[in-house]
Amino acid sequence: MKPNNVILQTVTRVAVFIIFTFSIYLFMSGHHQPGGGFIGGLSTAAAIVLLYLSFGIEKVRENIPVDFKKLAAVGVFIAVGTGLVSIVYGQPFLTQTFGHVNLPIFGDTELASAMVFDTGVALAVIGTAVNIILSISEDR
Amino acid sequence: MAIFFIFIFLPFLSAILVPFLYKYLNRLVHTGWFVLLAPLFILIYLLQYIPSIAAGETYQYTLSWIPTLGINIVTYVDGLSLLFGLLISGVGVLVIIYSIFYMSKTREALHQFYVYLLLFMGAMLGLVFSDHLLVLYGFWELTSVSSFLLIAYWYERKSSRQGALKAMLITVIGGFGMLAGFIMLIMMADTYSIREIIAQVDVIQNHALFIPAMLCILLGAFTKSAQFPFGIWLPDAMEAPTPVSAYLHSATMVKAGIYLVARTTPIFGGSSVWFWLVAGVGVITLLYGSLSALRQTDLKALLAYSTISQLGLIMSLLGVGSLAVYFGPGEKGSLFTVATFAALFHLFNHSTFKGSLFMVVGIIDHETGKRDIRYLSGLMQVLPVTFTIAMVGAFSMAGLPPFNGFLSKEMFFAAMTELTHVSAFGLDRLGLIFPVIAWIASVFTFVYCMIFVFKTFGGKFHPEKLTRKVHEASFGMLFAPIVLCLFVVLTFFFPNVLGKYILIPALTSVLPMMPISSTDLKISAWHGINTELLMTIGVVVLGFLLFRTAKRWIRLFRNYPQTLTLNHLFNKALPSMEKRAASLTNRYMTGSLRHYLSYIFSFFVMLLLGSLLLNYGLKFDFSNDASITLFDAGLVLVMLIAALTVLLTNHRVVAIVALGAVGYMVSMFFVIFRAPDLALTQMVVETVTTVLFLLCFYHLPKLKKDIERIPFKLSNLIISISVGLTVTLLALSANGHKLFEPITAFFERAYELAGAKNIVNAILVDFRGFDTMLEISVLTIAGLGVYVLIHQRSKRRKQDETE
Repeated sequence: MKPNNVILQTVTRVAVFIIFTFSIYLFMSGHHQPGGGFIGGLSTAAAIVLLYLSFGIEKVRENIPVDFKKLAAVGVFIAVGTGLVSIVYGQPFLTQTFGHVNLPIFGDTELASAMVFDTGVALAVIGTAVNIILSISEDR
Repeated sequence: MAIFFIFIFLPFLSAILVPFLYKYLNRLVHTGWFVLLAPLFILIYLLQYIPSIAAGETYQYTLSWIPTLGINIVTYVDGLSLLFGLLISGVGVLVIIYSIFYMSKTREALHQFYVYLLLFMGAMLGLVFSDHLLVLYGFWELTSVSSFLLIAYWYERKSSRQGALKAMLITVIGGFGMLAGFIMLIMMADTYSIREIIAQVDVIQNHALFIPAMLCILLGAFTKSAQFPFGIWLPDAMEAPTPVSAYLHSATMVKAGIYLVARTTPIFGGSSVWFWLVAGVGVITLLYGSLSALRQTDLKALLAYSTISQLGLIMSLLGVGSLAVYFGPGEKGSLFTVATFAALFHLFNHSTFKGSLFMVVGIIDHETGKRDIRYLSGLMQVLPVTFTIAMVGAFSMAGLPPFNGFLSKEMFFAAMTELTHVSAFGLDRLGLIFPVIAWIASVFTFVYCMIFVFKTFGGKFHPEKLTRKVHEASFGMLFAPIVLCLFVVLTFFFPNVLGKYILIPALTSVLPMMPISSTDLKISAWHGINTELLMTIGVVVLGFLLFRTAKRWIRLFRNYPQTLTLNHLFNKALPSMEKRAASLTNRYMTGSLRHYLSYIFSFFVMLLLGSLLLNYGLKFDFSNDASITLFDAGLVLVMLIAALTVLLTNHRVVAIVALGAVGYMVSMFFVIFRAPDLALTQMVVETVTTVLFLLCFYHLPKLKKDIERIPFKLSNLIISISVGLTVTLLALSANGHKLFEPITAFFERAYELAGAKNIVNAILVDFRGFDTMLEISVLTIAGLGVYVLIHQRSKRRKQDETE
């Protein structure tokens, strides 16, 4: 008989969105404000761990069908891939570039290839953190 | 030009073919017949050089090997190398003929035997013809390796393996010494070529490295030529098949050291150290070898010690001959030129008679199955031809007419007595030692030669002591020793032919500065009644008396305690060295991580603090430091308390939590030192690690979970305090030394360069993105490592349960 975690689960439902939002904010603002891929990834992982804690591993796995080992690998591939793209353009490995684009809704927006690299960092961090915690928790 | 290299490398080329010939043709023809062609061609080719070399010409050929480093295979053909080349190929031909009849076609692994033998022959040829020091060294080591393989040819015998190992150890140690000496020579003269070094001899002789180089090169020469006290490997090398003993350990390899000494005489000769070492060690070896030979009952061991003794004789003659360099051209100098001439002459003679003697022993072993003189007697009746050969060889070794050993021994005595009239190098006081030792050693040489001949061939024949039915060897086996004996006798009657065409050109290359006229160096069998002849007569008379009374005194030698021999020392030294090394290793490689850490930390402190103090690096400059605020002081205080708690608590959970506190204080520091990114990351990471620590604590084994304090150890305290002190001092003095402006100004342009206002992030993903890329790779690998470790373990556990 599992203990009834109504309060925890209810709070989690709200809190997780706040944490997700905050971590996306941290990630997006990394270019100009404190934050970035690493801390953004870690706080996302924290939200996922909270989900695991309150709803159990099986249920979360059904609803977020992501293999976190693969996610980590994808993250590293993205990071390396951005480096390779710069080679295609005849630049040294991992040369980053940026530019200002006028997008329909956002107006004058700065887009930087470093953002893609940071995405790779974030994915790798999320994947690794969740992977470690899952592995340890499954160790019976 | 290329033809010369083809002939020099012919042994290597044919070594490649031998296994094929063995595999496909051995059933029809003994592989040795094919192998015979290589030395035969070389011999014929080298014979062509004799007239032009005798006329004073020399030849130099170059084959590019590593031209950018100045390393090329340079061969130089002069009298000395031609003498050796002819010996190597000539004795090689005879030994291979002998081995064809000695080595069984069906029972022996002939392909291995001939491959090793050819490798050795090629290496030896390369050695004597090389003008390039490093190439010479390469061939030198190749002779060591191939002789190692040949000694251990019957590798299933323990004694063979031990003999091979001993020979390898000693000759390779000498080889390394020689390499060091060569490098010093190269440094002094700035050239690799021996001839160019000889040309610069004035520069070298006043160089500080002159004596060290000489000692190192002599170490190589003495170990290879089995001089005292390095000769102990040679008797053990007698475990090799007899053709190998005849070839390597009498005629060729052991003369490599002699060659080296002769070759470097123009460089080092004339120095008193050289004279005393070469002549002194040579004479000591002569005496030591002849005395030790008397103790032996095994015929091959007897011959091995006699080889050592004879090599000592040649070496001492070379040492005396180096006086010619000291005196220079003139009457005195030319007297000692004769000594070098005698050395070369005896070198040739020894190769002939010792080769034939070894073959004789091989025949006796082959026909009777025994090599021990206590079992052998009266073989004269059954092996008449072998007896004749043995007699010729042994009498020549003893220095009796009408054999060539007589001539060279007379010249040896002449050279030694000449030393008493010299007033240099302290010889006016000590010069008498040389002829006396030489004479005594010659008496013993005479005695063991007589023992060799008459204990084996004289007396009554006892077939019941022998396991086989004895009959004379086949002609094929007798052919090679007969040819060698012919040389022994012919050299006695026509020594000047050999002298004129081969020995005098060789002499000119050993002593290039001496004017050499062939009339001075005429060898004559009869030169009137003089000291040398009287000495020889004395040797024969006393030797004969000693031989007749041998039964009474030889027990003295045989009972000489084994524990006092050099061999015993060597055999003792090796295991004790191994034991010492093992005990030393066991003493510090305890297997305890705590010990290793204390070594690492002590070294860290010693190196850093030591260099800091020695280089006066301790300079403090606090002028640029920021002032300390209340926040800083408070945080430091909290951190100190937390850190001390970790050390002093007796509960693990407290330690973990205190460690977490330290981590959070660090993130607080990041906050007040305005590093928001670091503070954020530090906070999250600290949380995660604290959780993981707690997890580890939870899973500690139930046994011994009772918590103890960290036991106090004074050494640990000292090490940790000194490490802390070192790091603090380093940090403080590094802070005081600002060598250049920091490069932060560049990163402050992040917005214009990378479009980022967050400098830290710009550095992480743009300026130094490469580091970040590898860091996330590290992270991912760590995650995968955790996954694999845990899943492997649970999988194994599941397997255990199902089983």
